[in-house]
Amino acid sequence: MATTTQDSSMDATQAALLAKVQPAELHEQPLVTNNRDFNWVTDKICRIVETKTPTWWWICMAVALMTASFTGLGLLWLVSTGVGVWGLANPINWGWAIVNFVFWIGIGHAGTLISAVLCLLKQGWRTSINRAAEAMTIFAVVCAGIFPLFHVGRVWFAWWLFPIPNSNVIWPQFRSPLEWDVFAVSTYGTVSVLFWYMGMIPDLGVLRDRAVQRLNKGVYEGGSAIANKIAEGMDHFRKNFYAILAMGWRNAGNHWRNYEMAYLVLAGLSTPLVLSVHTIVSFDFALAVLPGWHTTIFPPYFVAGAIFSGFGMVLTLMLPLRALYGLHDLITQRHIDNMCKICLGTGSIVGYAYIMEFFIAWYGANPYESFAFINRAFGQYWWAYVMMFSCNVFTPQLFWFKKVRENAALVWIMSIFINVGMWFERFVITVTSLANDFLPTSWGYYSPTMVDILTFFGTFGLFSVLFLLFLRFLPLMPIAEVKFVMPEADPHGHHGYDKGDQH
Amino acid sequence: MTEKYGIIASFPDTPSFFHAAEKVRDAGYKKWDTYSSFPVHGMPEAQGQARSKVPIFTFLGGITGFTVGLVMVWWMNAYDYPLIVRGQPFFSPVFPFPIMYELTILLAAFGTLGGMFITNLLPQHYSPLFNSEQFLEVSGDRLVIAIEARDAQYDVVATRQFLEEIGGTDIEEVSA
Repeated sequence: MATTTQDSSMDATQAALLAKVQPAELHEQPLVTNNRDFNWVTDKICRIVETKTPTWWWICMAVALMTASFTGLGLLWLVSTGVGVWGLANPINWGWAIVNFVFWIGIGHAGTLISAVLCLLKQGWRTSINRAAEAMTIFAVVCAGIFPLFHVGRVWFAWWLFPIPNSNVIWPQFRSPLEWDVFAVSTYGTVSVLFWYMGMIPDLGVLRDRAVQRLNKGVYEGGSAIANKIAEGMDHFRKNFYAILAMGWRNAGNHWRNYEMAYLVLAGLSTPLVLSVHTIVSFDFALAVLPGWHTTIFPPYFVAGAIFSGFGMVLTLMLPLRALYGLHDLITQRHIDNMCKICLGTGSIVGYAYIMEFFIAWYGANPYESFAFINRAFGQYWWAYVMMFSCNVFTPQLFWFKKVRENAALVWIMSIFINVGMWFERFVITVTSLANDFLPTSWGYYSPTMVDILTFFGTFGLFSVLFLLFLRFLPLMPIAEVKFVMPEADPHGHHGYDKGDQH
Repeated sequence: MTEKYGIIASFPDTPSFFHAAEKVRDAGYKKWDTYSSFPVHGMPEAQGQARSKVPIFTFLGGITGFTVGLVMVWWMNAYDYPLIVRGQPFFSPVFPFPIMYELTILLAAFGTLGGMFITNLLPQHYSPLFNSEQFLEVSGDRLVIAIEARDAQYDVVATRQFLEEIGGTDIEEVSA
């Protein structure tokens, strides 16, 4: 809030000083631009699911389904033949499957970070992007889960990973970080769904009430008799579908009191959870004694990388959505700026970690460790290292410049680079350490097969199918939370300013 | 005579809605609530409501998760079927920590969501309020206070007059 006139307690010297330095007026960019009101926000977000399915949605869905079929076929091929159809060969038994698993799990982290960590830090700008980012988290975990599930070889025994009594009366081996990972990832997926669902309850109530209002009015005009009948039928469907999911939410002050507390508690629970998930994923590597994996820097380095890649994916998804649905008043330049800055920050941490790994490899004076790192950058996989380093360390540095952050097309392209770079990071970590381990006689060179490539390619289709369904059937943004950060929602009537900052 | 659920009144903006809630609280009504499509900052205090009880459910869930994690790992790997792995101990409070940690969070999250439903008495798909067209507009931008007929102080005439006095408009009696 701009403060140029000070209260009367200011003495003459202070006034003279202020006149001399001429303090600049600081304006905080509003979170909802163009002075939109509550009804506009409700309408804008609800209409995305209430209006006729746009043509581009059908086209994208068709393409996504076709792409997803590659994963289906790849897995069918794998199950009917054996894990040998993947390019795994001793000593490289963790190929693309593990790379893809870590890649997708990492993507998910931005969603939880936005919904939980930024909630605890009272960052008002999270509101318009958190719902879509949480959806992204859940769908990314689904894609991630496929790989270790099928990598176990006999997928029909995958339930042995869980502590369920089986006919061999053997329990899971809890001293293994791989078993910890089962718990971390399944908890992460479950809690993300709970958090996502709870955040949606008030908005599902809004969608339900709007369908009831339209049905009560009973005005279905503007199309042919059949089209009007279909529109009415859809509203009957919406009324029931959203009513069941909304659980009878009725926006009561008492509801909000408990809901807000539950939301805060879930944010508080999700924060240590999101930090633990990629930490435990990194234990899969760090607890092995292989040079290049056995390092203590892995947990923080993996978490920073996960957030970095996740925000890259959020930008990749949100920029086209903003353009397609005309959400420029809700996802403002301020939101994009902030996301770019987080990419810059976490990208720099990742860059620091790459360099620090090298330093420690030298400083630790362990010849195997030094070899692993020199081999990583200059050995047979040098090209992957170059891809990783240039995409992850150099690309985000461009976000220092406001001109770059304001160019949506450029930001989008850079977000793709971040995604690519982070995939290569996991490739470099997983494959280089395995390909050249302690025994030179067992060294090898790993290449993926067509089945590897198509199975991974297909997961982007699966992700898109899920995300498109989300766009079509669920509220894209948390309506209540967006309203909460608008100046009209302030109970103390700060009418005088329309800058949108909160207290 | 049809049974009445209560009286609802609308308020033009958030500050007047907020102050009206304080006045209803001060007038001594007990069975009443505010309705808005977004949480209003400080409204629980303005309504005279205590701190939410949800964290109790979170705590119970968390404690259960932690205990289950600890006991499960001990029972499975050290008692029921001890597995010898690389000379590591059968049990220690250290290695199962990730399991305990994740189960604590998992069950605490279920406790929180369940606690939210229990404290809010949800699911409750029907409420007489939904029969009011005006009440449905709460989902847009309407701000409503409803005083229920089961309140001891409720009186058709006096309560309506009171709601008018504190700035309520579009006053409507809702049937049960």
